[in-house]
Amino acid sequence: MDAEAAKLIGAGLAAIALAGAGVGIGLIFGNYLAGALRNPAAAPGQFANLLLGFALAEATGLFGLVVSLIILFVF
Amino acid sequence: MATENVQAEHGGGLALDPMHQFEVTPLIKIPLGGIDAHFTNSSLWMVIGVALILIVMLASSRKLVPGRLQSVAELGYEFVANMLRDTVGDAGRPYFPFIFTLFVFILAMNMQGMLPGSFTVTSHIIVTFAMALAVFIGATIIGFIKHGFGYLKLFVPSGVPSVLLPLLVVIEVISYFTRPISLSVRLFANMMAGHTMLKVFGGFVVGLGVLAGWVPLAVMVAITGLEVLVAFLQAYVFAVLTCIYLNDAIHMHDH
Repeated sequence: MDAEAAKLIGAGLAAIALAGAGVGIGLIFGNYLAGALRNPAAAPGQFANLLLGFALAEATGLFGLVVSLIILFVF
Repeated sequence: MATENVQAEHGGGLALDPMHQFEVTPLIKIPLGGIDAHFTNSSLWMVIGVALILIVMLASSRKLVPGRLQSVAELGYEFVANMLRDTVGDAGRPYFPFIFTLFVFILAMNMQGMLPGSFTVTSHIIVTFAMALAVFIGATIIGFIKHGFGYLKLFVPSGVPSVLLPLLVVIEVISYFTRPISLSVRLFANMMAGHTMLKVFGGFVVGLGVLAGWVPLAVMVAITGLEVLVAFLQAYVFAVLTCIYLNDAIHMHDH
């Protein structure tokens, strides 16, 4: 296989990591919403944790994106 | 091969290289032996950011009933003070200036990166890694000062069957030493990915022209809003995780 083609395929494969970030962010917001509807009084107190969880979940997917960009632009 | 790629991208509608915005160029050359100590565009934006912070923090009048500028300064102070109090408690008071400086600096750098044509300092891993390493080394030193060699007990989780213990100690040690890496890569990756994405969508707007270009333009406006949120959130996450590491160093497991 051509090295250039292998590079592009590898970059595409590395970007699959973002699927996991999508699932994670969906779980966090979905569960927050479910919890907030059951007990609306407790919801505002957990908003900071929601944002923290969102940022942490998004970051794991972006690690994969960084690998993809490194393959594309560094090698 | 690479030049062909660039030409193909130019032909395919991507008018700009999405990575061009991260280029560091020296503005004032400072020859200092073999060390590269140039005043770069990165340094310039850091100076602008610090100047803006100083204007908000120092130029605001100190009145009992705050004006606009003083309200912003007090809001920032209260926000970070609450964050530190919630995670570390009263023992964290002496470290407030450091956390506050870290948070406000990262926030200013991220936010001014949202200005079109500006340079995002935090999109370079060397900048974020330097800050994360300072946090990591500082927290480790504080831990050893407070607990002596007892700080090593941080790596030994309590209430674990002795068969599993060697494995868990190895995992704990690895997770402790990957802290600066995950802390720095999280901020850098978010900033770089966000700005690359904005540039790629900008290329779509230009490439599709007047007829269909307004579709990616609408998406881009929404994404810009998301990026402003992310810029704040990543500064917050960096500061909160610093507080958590500090809490580990001060209180170890007994919290």
